Amino acid sequence: MPGKAVLSGVHFMNGDEAIAEGALAAGCRFFAAYPITPQSEIAERLAARLPRIGGVFIQMEDELAAMAAVVGAAWGGDKAMTATSGPGFSLMMENLGLAVMTETPCVVANVQRAGPSTGLPTAVGQGDMMQARWGSHGHYELIALCPYSPQEAFDLTVRAFALAERFRSPVLIMTDEVVGHMYEKVEIPAEVVEARRRTPQVPPEGFLPYKPDEDLVPPMACAGEGYRIHVTGLTHDERGYPDMSADAQDRLVRRLCEKIKRYPDEYTLWEEHSLEDADVAVISYGISARVALGAVELARKKGIKAGLLRLITTWPFPNEVVRSLAERVQGMVTVEINLGQMSREVERAVQGKVPLGGVYHAGGRIHRPEEVLAGIEEVI
Amino acid sequence: MPVKEKKQAPPPEIAQGRHPMEKYLRTDRIPHIWCAGCGLGTTVSSFLYAMDNLGLDPDSVAVISGIGCTGRVAGYVRMDSYHTTHGRPIPFATGLKLAKPDMKAVVFSGDGDLFAIGGNHFIHAARRNLDINVICVNNLNYGMTGGQAGPTTPLGGRCTTSPYGNFEHPFNLVYLAASAGAPYVARWTSLDVRRLQRAIEEMLVRKGFAFLEIIAPCPTNYGRRNKLGEGLDELRYYAEHAVIEHGADPADTEILPGKDFLVGKFVDEEEPTYWEMYQDKVAELEGGRR
Repeated sequence: MPGKAVLSGVHFMNGDEAIAEGALAAGCRFFAAYPITPQSEIAERLAARLPRIGGVFIQMEDELAAMAAVVGAAWGGDKAMTATSGPGFSLMMENLGLAVMTETPCVVANVQRAGPSTGLPTAVGQGDMMQARWGSHGHYELIALCPYSPQEAFDLTVRAFALAERFRSPVLIMTDEVVGHMYEKVEIPAEVVEARRRTPQVPPEGFLPYKPDEDLVPPMACAGEGYRIHVTGLTHDERGYPDMSADAQDRLVRRLCEKIKRYPDEYTLWEEHSLEDADVAVISYGISARVALGAVELARKKGIKAGLLRLITTWPFPNEVVRSLAERVQGMVTVEINLGQMSREVERAVQGKVPLGGVYHAGGRIHRPEEVLAGIEEVI
Repeated sequence: MPVKEKKQAPPPEIAQGRHPMEKYLRTDRIPHIWCAGCGLGTTVSSFLYAMDNLGLDPDSVAVISGIGCTGRVAGYVRMDSYHTTHGRPIPFATGLKLAKPDMKAVVFSGDGDLFAIGGNHFIHAARRNLDINVICVNNLNYGMTGGQAGPTTPLGGRCTTSPYGNFEHPFNLVYLAASAGAPYVARWTSLDVRRLQRAIEEMLVRKGFAFLEIIAPCPTNYGRRNKLGEGLDELRYYAEHAVIEHGADPADTEILPGKDFLVGKFVDEEEPTYWEMYQDKVAELEGGRR
């Protein structure tokens, strides 16, 4: 394994490996995880790569520990990441909430497999999309990105680290087994701009660790920098001290949500295919969007004006993008490898303006383009 | 109770309303939430005196706690301090320590946090010989949540979830830590403030995983339900029943109600630490550095 962080050049690698390389290129120097399929290639690559470039790889005793260690490493000043799949993602929910509450920048990749429970450990699923949004207790916002190719897995991982620092928030990469194991060309640019942490601009005296800047994000003082701050998962005031009042709770949780919700333009990514004249829009993400693209081509051959809206950012849900699309088409079909999760968000955004359909599968395989085509034909 | 401002110069050691180690305390968070007679105050004092006696720069020490009464320690010390999730202070400290290898990471938490919900993390951190200090204040029950039985509640102990007397075998934390490979294992009671201080000093200057169990009273919950009297009565019990035996076999350190129990330093060995072994491995690799 090479001893440089950014492997500039053209490679043939799978989505998991691309996530690992994206993390290194973005400046990630701490990775903690627990073995789980189909995430293995991320951890294995980083186990080989990190010690050679001045970073730390540690295999923890479970995913609870992996996520907690990532939060700890971020407070130690590192850019930190973990990766898992469904069962491990469930265990990470606890300390994902800690990262939200303490405003800890970090990245979590979930290479989705089919659940519930152990489900199909080596086969594809997209059933964790709502868990990504609501899996930890309490009300919160975070950002989730869904790559549909190894190249995009690399690009979005770099982006995820930048967004994590920008918003001081965990950022999720919600990929899936097929993208994770798919080998394709991945081009790593000559230079990758590392995300910068927002550091305090005032001396320790008078520094309030949870007093936000104008954009609602507070600068972050890490361990050993002389700020001697207190960080707690309890509801806290601007000093970081526990405040058990309903007012403090409402103020804090609203700010945590608002700091992300206020800036959709900074993280809302999507791609449109053949939507200019489309009567039917297929909405999909991750590997399902790739199949859906094939279905759109089949539909076009049959004379059906279909197009694809590929969601790259799934959380916060791009309400506005979907809502405005509903004004241009006669129907929409959501395609995903679960029995209808993001389709609920589509429904909320569209508010009955157009008929909606869904092509769902509980997991274990990707859709066949013909199934999606049938869904398209059903909605027109 | 607000800290009183004194007009006259206070006596050098103890001034009314002031803690001699207040330079290490978040005085703006006092009064603390701990009950009268609780062992946590003296425990934290011993830690701060140890810091002071060693002349440690507070910026070089991070205190990490979990959830519970002892979990609140992190909130009162004027250092980089982290009040994490229930059971997870050790993995949090693992990440922090590996990101900042030059800092000392001190985990301060309770018996339920470290040995029930967090038990797995404890044994693995000991196994890895991570450079962290773990101070467990063992008050034999879950104090914060109202006195439920825990992994160290003695047989027969009455708790809100063992109303007819506990019938689960408790952990002997000393034996557990030693079995998991901890190279430093000690136990004292909250009565032994100077010995506690010395033990913590030893832990702060040594390398590798170091574990200290502190037996402490919980007069509000465990003490009351088991008719152990006030906090002071429990300290009296320690004075009568704690027997110092350094180097005793950890298997012989079980705590049984009404019987003498052993305190002291049971394990003190030098083993290569996780970080040393990581560095050695990196040195073998081309281009490795940290």
